[in-house]
Amino acid sequence: MTLRKIAVLSTICLFAIGLLASPALAFKGAFKVGAVFSVTGRTSFLGDPEKKTAEMLAEKINNAGGINGKKLELIIYDSEGDATKANLAVRKLITQDKVCAVIGPSLSGTSMAVVPLAAKYKTPLVSCAASYKIVWDSKESKARKWVFKTPQTDTMAVQAIYTYLKKKGVNKIAVLSVTSGFGASGRGELLRLAPGYGMKIVADEKYGPKDTDMTAQLTKIKGTAPQVIVNWSVGPTQVVALRNWKDLGMTSIPFYQSHGFGSRKNIKLAAGAAEGVYCPLGAVNVSELLPDDHPQKAVTMQYMKDYTAKYNEPLSSFGGHAWDALQLVANALKAVGCDKAKIRDFLENTQGFVGQHGVFNFSVDDHIGLDKNAFQMVVVKDGDWALAK
Amino acid sequence: METITFTGQVFQYLITGITVGSVYAMVAVGFNIIYNVTEIINFAQGEFVMLGGLIMVFLHVAMGLPLVLAFPATVVLVTLVGILLDRLAINPIRQPTVLSLIIATIAASILIKGTAMFIWGKDPYDLPAFSGRDPIIVLGAVIQPQYFWVIGFLVLTVIALTFFFDRTIIGKAMSACADNPDAASLVGINVKGMILLSFALSAAIGAVAGITLTPISLMEYDRGAMLAIKGFGAAVLGGLGSFPGAVIGGLILGVIESMGAGLISSGYKDAFALIVLLFVLFFKPSGIFGNIEISRIKRF
Repeated sequence: MTLRKIAVLSTICLFAIGLLASPALAFKGAFKVGAVFSVTGRTSFLGDPEKKTAEMLAEKINNAGGINGKKLELIIYDSEGDATKANLAVRKLITQDKVCAVIGPSLSGTSMAVVPLAAKYKTPLVSCAASYKIVWDSKESKARKWVFKTPQTDTMAVQAIYTYLKKKGVNKIAVLSVTSGFGASGRGELLRLAPGYGMKIVADEKYGPKDTDMTAQLTKIKGTAPQVIVNWSVGPTQVVALRNWKDLGMTSIPFYQSHGFGSRKNIKLAAGAAEGVYCPLGAVNVSELLPDDHPQKAVTMQYMKDYTAKYNEPLSSFGGHAWDALQLVANALKAVGCDKAKIRDFLENTQGFVGQHGVFNFSVDDHIGLDKNAFQMVVVKDGDWALAK
Repeated sequence: METITFTGQVFQYLITGITVGSVYAMVAVGFNIIYNVTEIINFAQGEFVMLGGLIMVFLHVAMGLPLVLAFPATVVLVTLVGILLDRLAINPIRQPTVLSLIIATIAASILIKGTAMFIWGKDPYDLPAFSGRDPIIVLGAVIQPQYFWVIGFLVLTVIALTFFFDRTIIGKAMSACADNPDAASLVGINVKGMILLSFALSAAIGAVAGITLTPISLMEYDRGAMLAIKGFGAAVLGGLGSFPGAVIGGLILGVIESMGAGLISSGYKDAFALIVLLFVLFFKPSGIFGNIEISRIKRF
């Protein structure tokens, strides 16, 4: 035998061994679940951790033997934050890939674009976006039959803040918001819910999503002497507003941020100005701080450990929405198999599901499953989160 | 409870407006330098500002270079980008028309923005303020020390440019290209060289604007476009091509925005600036300092 033949033969042998060894876990078929996230594009800060989380969770489920011996096959498409692409992706998932259920999309806009498809193809959809309109049909004033969602709404964030302020005896607040969809929606809820909590809004100021300075707005607020300031924005503007607040010497008026502030990066960027700032956050952001008897302690700690170990990057709370969505669907598949109508019924009847962002209790009228208790009031202390008392 | 008098408030709006306006003015000056020599609007001007901020963060914060070294190094690097922009996008165009050149700058701005996104990601970055963050209080208004740096660099830029264009032979040669490129090349001025210089100069000024702005407002990869729009508004308001016009235009725009936001409604802040811009252009289409005779000769 020539050296060459030996080389060829041994290579073939190696491949053969590889082929035999690779299906370490033998699955009897697969459950297909589709996912659409904004993995790239402007809103990739949502879609990227969602994709990573979903892949991680699917891998974990499969390593543990899959769902009833079947593999959980996750098919992920990127919507790039584009409504048209999200719509095409969901259509493809349902009609060509023949998935049992779809999780995502990441944005309220892209979710609204695919909501009609869920009803048309009678396929359960678990969105990872915030707006309540995704699951609530305001024309017929009932929940959309096939659509569920996992993130908290801004209504709950406002309720959590107002409940806390009421406890503190505050009734005179200034509202500051960015003129983007997120800011406008939060501002609407702040104004709408204020009377119910006895809150008087003494100032209602706005700024643009690319503004460089909010000193003018804050100076105006200073003139109205509120007890606290509630700011509703995402991105750099919420940090700039915070710095301006500190520079203007307004620290005696406590600053409340929306749940959009929920990243340690923001505390760092604020360069000391974030100290003493309050915001409502899901349990997943503050897993280490939760008391041991908190229902979400174990599940959030596990997620944080797994995620940081696998991807070597800090946990983003947005990934938690995908965790909740995929785990809900996986539970349904385990219980009823790939029967779309039964999955839907199972989701609607899910009670006490302990997820990353809260304990979910769905019902016929409530396809969000969370309430204001899904938010913890958190305060920045020594450059890190601490539970607010 | 913190309160503030009305005078204090108005003074605060004025100070803030002048600071923000100074940045607009620097962007507008950058527009004008290139416009004067080439008659084109360089839509990548805002990208120079963004690059100035982000490269400064990289050199000063990530690499740990001291401020006095990082500042000039950043300006040099962004100037190089400006030179590359001219060499790679503007100069090679065989039969340049104003429109094709402008489109080339738009393409360049998208490319620069995309590259910056790949290098720095989408997160905003912070730069420590040059001389601390302890605010100074005047008449009840709060002034950040960084405001002085922004305004100071605008003044410095204007003085340096005035000297350059009025007193140096290269500056005069550039002005000659601005007045009449054909005649300028007839008397032996290297017009292409002047175009290159104009891109280098405006990139440098953009970098200065970005470096001084970042400690106030952070910087992220897609900030350039908005600054370019405001700077362009300032340049048009003051009269395209006029340096005093750019400065006055920028400051007016900044102060109107800030006063409008504070005294009337913060939601319509951008609208106030645009209304004033339209109003001025309606009565004086060439801008405050623009000359209608000159603007008729220009192709754009």
